[in-house]
Amino acid sequence: MPVQMPDINLVTLLPEILIALLSLVLLLKSAWGDENRGGSISAMVIAGVAIATAITLRGGDTTTFGGFFINDAFARFMKVLMFLATGLVLFMSQEFMRRNKFDGGEYQVLTLMALLGGLIMASAGDFIILYLGLELMSLSIYVLAAFRRDDKRSNEAGLKYFVLGSMASGFLLYGISLIYGTTGTTLFTGVATALQAGTGHISPATVMGVILVLAGMSFKVAAAPFHMWAPDVYEGSPTSVTAFMAVLPKIAAFAAIFRVLLVAFPTLHVQWNPVLQFLAVASLAVGAVAAIGQTNIKRMLAYSSIGHVGFILLGLTTHNALGFQSVLVYLAIYIFTNVGAFAIILLLNREGIGDEIDDYKGLARQRPMLAILMAMFMFSMAGIPPLAGFMGKLYVFMAAIEAGQFGLAITGVLFSAVGAFYYLRIVKLIYFDQPKEGAFTMVMDLPARAILTVAGVIILYWGIFPGALLAWSAAGVKVFL
Amino acid sequence: MLSLVTFLPLIGALVILLACRKDGAARYTAMIFSLLTFLLSLRLLSGFNNNTAEFQFLEVFEWLPAYGIAYRMGVDGISLPFVLLTTFLTPICLLASWESIKTRVAEYMMAFLALESFVVGVFCALDFMLFYVLWEAMLIPMFLIIGVWGGPNRVYAALKFFLYTLAGSVLMLIAILALGYAGHTFSIPELMKLPISFSFQVWLFLGLFASFAVKVPMWPVHTWLPDAHVEAPTAGSVILAGILLKMGAYGFLRFSLPILPDASRFFIPLIFGLSLVAIVYTALVALMQKDLKKLVAYSSVSHMGFVTIGLFTFNQQGVEGGILQMINHGIVAGALFLCVGVIYDRMHTREIARFGGVAHTMPVYAVIFMLFTLASAGLPGTNSFVGEILILLGAYLANKAVAIIAATGLVLGAAYMLWMYKRVVFGQVANDEVRVLQDLSMREVALFVPLIVLVFWIGFYPDPFLSMFHVSVKHLLTQASAVKIGAAVVLAH
Repeated sequence: MPVQMPDINLVTLLPEILIALLSLVLLLKSAWGDENRGGSISAMVIAGVAIATAITLRGGDTTTFGGFFINDAFARFMKVLMFLATGLVLFMSQEFMRRNKFDGGEYQVLTLMALLGGLIMASAGDFIILYLGLELMSLSIYVLAAFRRDDKRSNEAGLKYFVLGSMASGFLLYGISLIYGTTGTTLFTGVATALQAGTGHISPATVMGVILVLAGMSFKVAAAPFHMWAPDVYEGSPTSVTAFMAVLPKIAAFAAIFRVLLVAFPTLHVQWNPVLQFLAVASLAVGAVAAIGQTNIKRMLAYSSIGHVGFILLGLTTHNALGFQSVLVYLAIYIFTNVGAFAIILLLNREGIGDEIDDYKGLARQRPMLAILMAMFMFSMAGIPPLAGFMGKLYVFMAAIEAGQFGLAITGVLFSAVGAFYYLRIVKLIYFDQPKEGAFTMVMDLPARAILTVAGVIILYWGIFPGALLAWSAAGVKVFL
Repeated sequence: MLSLVTFLPLIGALVILLACRKDGAARYTAMIFSLLTFLLSLRLLSGFNNNTAEFQFLEVFEWLPAYGIAYRMGVDGISLPFVLLTTFLTPICLLASWESIKTRVAEYMMAFLALESFVVGVFCALDFMLFYVLWEAMLIPMFLIIGVWGGPNRVYAALKFFLYTLAGSVLMLIAILALGYAGHTFSIPELMKLPISFSFQVWLFLGLFASFAVKVPMWPVHTWLPDAHVEAPTAGSVILAGILLKMGAYGFLRFSLPILPDASRFFIPLIFGLSLVAIVYTALVALMQKDLKKLVAYSSVSHMGFVTIGLFTFNQQGVEGGILQMINHGIVAGALFLCVGVIYDRMHTREIARFGGVAHTMPVYAVIFMLFTLASAGLPGTNSFVGEILILLGAYLANKAVAIIAATGLVLGAAYMLWMYKRVVFGQVANDEVRVLQDLSMREVALFVPLIVLVFWIGFYPDPFLSMFHVSVKHLLTQASAVKIGAAVVLAH
């Protein structure tokens, strides 16, 4: 009897294998290593992420495990974004980690595990793989959120995230099982074929499954009305973790949403698109309106990220090439504005301030360059040209117009005008108000300078010359067209 | 050449940021760059051909070719006057801020130069997306100028200014995108030739109208203007009244009339109605003002009502009058804000009741102020007279009732200006503060001289100015009276 060899191509998994090995090695190192090892561990993580990025960039289109695991241009785009997000956030939080004694090794290992989960999600071609990746990422981040063991708020954040996240995982699993029940497979392409074959009759169970999967994923990206956890968790987590969870899970979850909706359920477009539209508009509304009253900058950024998710979903609902592309463009820009803003929050944290919006009063008088950068990040988030955030929004609106969705486009621009108010409020505090006595004397070190320079230059550069980013993202979405 | 004029001030701002953070150095650097820009723009003028309506000094570079967005610059007879007005007023504004701005001078100068860059860019842009980018970018420096160097209620005014304008602009963005998508290009000259169905034109017109009407500002979305004017520093008010308000009217001229001619004609009653309300109502409001700057601000709304009427008369006199009146208003309202700034710097109040008898202590100032007051009221021999008479002629040809109601605005304008002048300048010396006022310094006189020259030049011999845009306006009118909907109804969405 011939033995059928399973289709295994480990080269496809090379970046993931590297990250997994690195995290295991570091786990051992942190268990047996010497004192004062934090700096070297972070350096190793960043080096490992850089190598994995290089490998990813050189990879070709392959699949393995019978289509369970896909490496294509889209996965590579998302993975590079995730590497960037992880590397930048870890690089800029070194001082914070030292100060809070986070650098024992577990922190970096958990960060890597979360990254690994995200990478798996971006490449998943099967619901089970997707679920594995999602859980690996989520569990690592739950722990990170509660990393400040002796702090009540941090524990609360971790617990809240965990309980609500488990609910979302439950939704997701239930959805997956419904889909498996009606189609007999968990493979994305298999589901699509099964649904294709049964065109004409769509079982309500399938639709229910799709909606449950979408709900589970919406929780991960914090799209309204599944956003309740975000402000509390953002506020309670250590700032370096907040910066991390503001970027990585969003990229991973959007990668997964893309693949699930466009590969597994293209035939159910009519069913899921209204759901997506609702999520988009609700997120825009919550993000724009609820952020206005916030006094804590991490809470405000949580609401702001909900608004950004609304824009990204808006791009997805247009269901055209430009719209898919706009999602990728928006995510790439989102990383850099967020990393930049959090870098400044972390800098002020050195003085023990920076979490309250009022802490930013008068920044421009003491630190004009920091003020210009913070203002740039805020204007970029508000979508004012010539900064990159405008380009992201521009592509979303262009896509909506191309799809003929004028109503959604107008809703989007109006909420972006409302949202501009709270970004302006920060600029107002920075520029128009008087600083407190003795504020803003913190020392800038090399990582802070480097991160802020990179983020500032990119925000300006992509705002004026987005050509390269556009070409790259266009290549990324080709697999879905 | 055009890019150089546009971005030279921005380069100046960068130079200040990197090299001259000291107050004095920043002032001089800013002044040098703005003067250089003005000289360069004069070279534009000398190279400009008045006899063609084509866009000149064209520059085209690829930007986002896949979406038909490119870096396209060029000027015609309609945009060139505004470019010149901007480069002309900016050095005057910087000179006016020479002593009154004492804190964070380098940042102020940078904001002003950046503002000049973006505004010149708005007038030169021939790509709708480039236009939008610059139009929005301009909000950032103006927001800071009002908010950092403004009066006591500056935060409210700055936020109101920003959000009003932004809310209008984002609706314009949708219209721009819809237009660009329909025409597969954002090139303005190309879009002018694009046939568009009537209903689509109406929607697009409303989208653009949201943005331009806020900027002009037209009644009832003018309420941001008095706040912004009152709180802005003197030079900020000058630039706001002199140039930023013109951007809205320029938008009507450059986009609404030639690209959406059928909708523009359809909306004439709306524009005329709102303009008439603006002329009469805000003139009455101006009569009641206690604050000098507020009075001039409301008079601006009233005068811009004349401009919008002129633009929508669809005849040569009206449109030319509208453009000329925009330039006139830029000069005269700018000068009036400078006049207010002069006594505000000395007495730190703008309350009309606190003044009186200023003529006794500041005779030179009284003469100059008188001159601009009369110019604002439209005295024959001054520039406003020429503009207003052209507008009224055009309006009379278009619609007699409109012309008659608009003409009452002239009477009201004379009333509030002269009454204000009387209360501030004539009469007995009101109090000790007025008694010790110093007359104008050489620097202040130098501010007013170029403006006075222009007031009389345009007043007595407007031909060089009119001929600059005569051919372009003629071309615009043929575009604006064309029927685009008959050509091919392809683009109804």
